[in-house]
Amino acid sequence: MDEPVSYYRNSAFIFWILKIKNVGFKEFCFKKSLWLFHFGGASCNNCDIEILDCLTPRYDLERFGMLLIGSIRHADVLLVNGSINQRDKSRLLELYEQAPKPIVVVAIGACGCTGGIFAEGDTFAGPVDKLIPVDAYIPGCPPKPEAILAGIVKLLNK
Amino acid sequence: MVKKTLIPIGPYHPLQEEPELFKLYCEGEIVKDIKWETGYNHRGIEKLSEKKTYDQSFFLVERICGICSTSHPFAFANAIEEIGNIEITNRAKYIRSIIGELERIHSHLLWVGLAGHFLGYNTVFMWAWKYREPVLDLFEMISGNRNSYAMFKVGGVRRDIENNKISQITPVLDLVKKKTDMLVGAVMDDPVLHARTKGVGVLTKQDIIDYAAVGPTARASGIDVDIRRDDPYAAYPLVNWKVITAEKGDVFAKAEVRLLEMYESISIIEQCLEGLKKEKEGDINVKVKDIPAGWGTGRAEAPRGEVFHYVLSDGSNSPARHKIRAPSYTNIATFKKSCIGQTISDATISLAAVDPCYCCTERMAVAYDSKTGDKILNGNELIALSAKKTQNIKNQF
Repeated sequence: MDEPVSYYRNSAFIFWILKIKNVGFKEFCFKKSLWLFHFGGASCNNCDIEILDCLTPRYDLERFGMLLIGSIRHADVLLVNGSINQRDKSRLLELYEQAPKPIVVVAIGACGCTGGIFAEGDTFAGPVDKLIPVDAYIPGCPPKPEAILAGIVKLLNK
Repeated sequence: MVKKTLIPIGPYHPLQEEPELFKLYCEGEIVKDIKWETGYNHRGIEKLSEKKTYDQSFFLVERICGICSTSHPFAFANAIEEIGNIEITNRAKYIRSIIGELERIHSHLLWVGLAGHFLGYNTVFMWAWKYREPVLDLFEMISGNRNSYAMFKVGGVRRDIENNKISQITPVLDLVKKKTDMLVGAVMDDPVLHARTKGVGVLTKQDIIDYAAVGPTARASGIDVDIRRDDPYAAYPLVNWKVITAEKGDVFAKAEVRLLEMYESISIIEQCLEGLKKEKEGDINVKVKDIPAGWGTGRAEAPRGEVFHYVLSDGSNSPARHKIRAPSYTNIATFKKSCIGQTISDATISLAAVDPCYCCTERMAVAYDSKTGDKILNGNELIALSAKKTQNIKNQF
């Protein structure tokens, strides 16, 4: 069993639940209903649209309890797509700082994974995994919604 | 005196799928001024294009924007074919037009959905995006990918639409037509949507001329402009279709133009498919030896308006200069007219009404010194830089 993270130490309630379920804090948090926050860097918009597409009737991400939310402070998963340019870099780092830990970072698309076709660009500030730790990569230009779903469900079962 | 409030939207706002910062200066509930900041999406594409060969550049320009990922290669191909005086085969023309029009359908459906979402009509959002999927399936069948199709090359197209595939395409078009009827009914006859969109975000004819807006934004205000008709390219002169315009210039008119344009697109595709049957299968390429020195411009009508590409060739196999102007570049400036004087709740839909696409727009950024706040390059310096570059290119000839 994992030790609970220090800033949750006062919460007797969480201790109680963990004791009953006999799971670690991290496993408990990531068991169900992941909330996603979407950060679109300097992308071509394709991955952003495919992520939105996951919410629409054909794919329906919400049946797994996942929700695209507006604030990083409520998020369990940070989706990053697009190459990161000089101007996005500081903002991505700041978002990662603000995120409640532990947080799962998923790099989506060729640009998110490596920089893709824009890696040679003048404004490129490094692929996502050079800036923040990345837990999962979903390659493709753009990855199909099925691939995004498969990646995130794989994370759920991890 | 009423206190002015600054309401920032963005840069990473859940409403927008792209990074972009809007600053709304409000007095009470009324928007008094608007400013916007770009640069979050700048990737240095024009410079990158100079490092790549013409064939590689097609994959790059396709990734300027994911939604209009045909119109950029379209304009780029037009520019290069103007330099080399290349005449492509009729079959390639038809295939290019089919891809372009399919893209217009899926882009307009996407916009209708997002507009519905902004107005709080999530049903419209879900519907429109659901019936956009069959169009993406068609793309997957034709090109192998849902979004970036990689269909274009100098002198033709990469993949053929075989005649036996045509029978699979027409039922999808019929389905989309039926569902468009439904969407038109839902949007045009709904009294709440009328109340929310009529008289909101009005752009007069003069505003459009002042700000040089293009595409459906201009056509909704009664400016009859369409590159497909004014500067004919691909198969558009070979088929019958008409330019849709509206007079009012408000958000409702823009929705009307886009929805009715989808019918025209379907009709163009049907005629192109008929045309395909008459042409010889596999006749999609002309052999291109090399691109001579010179310059060419290419224009194409994207779902959002006119895309303009300028290519300067020095006779080598990569462009010496590549300049891109996307439709949103001029359309975004109309926010100054459409948003000011509106309430904040109407500002969102006024912003969305021109269907802005920031990844198209991000072409150049001026650098500021973070400590002193000084511009590192001012306008004159940039012009001097540009002149210097032109001089360098001239010396090479």
